[in-house]
Amino acid sequence: MTQPLDLYQRDREWHPPAYAQNYKSSVTRSPKQALLSLETTLSEAAGPVFGHRDIDPLDNDLIRNYAKTGDPIGERIILHGRVLDENRRPVPNTLVEIWQANAGGRYRHRKDTYLAAVDPNFGGCGRTLSDENGYYRFRTIKPGAYPWRNWMNSWRPAHIHVSVFGTSFAQRLITQLYFEGDPLIAKCPIVNTIPDPRAIDQLVAALDLNATVPLDSIAYKFDIVLRGHRSTYFENRPEGN
Amino acid sequence: MAQTLDYLKETPSQTAGPYVHIGLAPGDAGFDIYRQELGRDIAGPNAGGAQVTISGRVLDGTGAPVKDVLIEVWQANAAGIYPGQGDVESGFRGWGRVIPDFDTGEWSFDTVKPGPVAGRNGTLMAPHINLWLVARGINLGLNTRLYFADEVAANTTDPVLNLIEQESRRHTLIAGKTAEGYRFDIHLQGNKETVFFDV
Repeated sequence: MTQPLDLYQRDREWHPPAYAQNYKSSVTRSPKQALLSLETTLSEAAGPVFGHRDIDPLDNDLIRNYAKTGDPIGERIILHGRVLDENRRPVPNTLVEIWQANAGGRYRHRKDTYLAAVDPNFGGCGRTLSDENGYYRFRTIKPGAYPWRNWMNSWRPAHIHVSVFGTSFAQRLITQLYFEGDPLIAKCPIVNTIPDPRAIDQLVAALDLNATVPLDSIAYKFDIVLRGHRSTYFENRPEGN
Repeated sequence: MAQTLDYLKETPSQTAGPYVHIGLAPGDAGFDIYRQELGRDIAGPNAGGAQVTISGRVLDGTGAPVKDVLIEVWQANAAGIYPGQGDVESGFRGWGRVIPDFDTGEWSFDTVKPGPVAGRNGTLMAPHINLWLVARGINLGLNTRLYFADEVAANTTDPVLNLIEQESRRHTLIAGKTAEGYRFDIHLQGNKETVFFDV
């Protein structure tokens, strides 16, 4: 049982705004009214808890977790990093989930009709719990770029979707990671919903030669930062403190 | 120049995209991969309190259903206790994932009605469920709350509902009672826009 703590204010100028004209899907799906700012209550400070009984050891190995007749096609990669909070503290035992297209840029989803082939040995999702130091690790294949209907000639840079929990429901975050050196990053309307170039850099996983498996898999490092907590408990304190 | 504060910045959000179900609900995307998918059972088999079914749709600014949304729900048990904050029934997760029918956008979920939860500074919050919405076109997950129409007295004094300046918008957070349970349509935009929170 953990005592709930207040959270730092989310920096909404660091995140993409709800309405981003050049990402057309956001036009009709963006609230127009101001968000109502709420002091943290228990409903936002508490959050779901996950444990090792919820997942299986192979769940973080996308090369193996859907393999039917052999390994999936593509560039073998290690994706690893730490989940930290804004106070630089590790976030241990938190659920990290990822999903992605295959090496050809095709998703295993009943609604994806892109002509690139589905890989019979690749599901495209994985999950793991960060360890006691906040460290997580996946093995997968590098996803391919793919076209999408925004402008007539829009291409997504290679990316992996990442979902993280933290300890408070208000820390819940979904984002996408990109790969160092990809020229499509700068041209992507979804990437460019983020106004600050330093924030975009934060989504680019770094080539990490120290973490490769030599003669086997190349590696990228991606640290994830969740909102930080204040050091004060908010329950039962006098008004105005 | 002052010293530099050494806080980190939160990782910026990106849209969950249209295929969020691959990662978070692969069965709905069309394939089996995990021994158990998470978020399928919110209250578990031993939860006390009233069993309820809540259904609805998420609608965009033109009134069209958002068929690729994924909603996460988070609630206390019938005694008003959140998992991790006190003893709850074995199997009570208080959290779940709700996926609509991809053709109609209609969704529903079963749970138990939560109890009132302590608010700040000695107040009491009316029974409510926190919702978090992600989808293609939503750049940062949207936070809102679902309250219950048959909790009139508790809703009237709820400190969060009372923060909403325009009284005419408070009802956007209150699920209507129906023969089958409760109905809660969420409007992302437009005249009926749901109140969303910066929490």
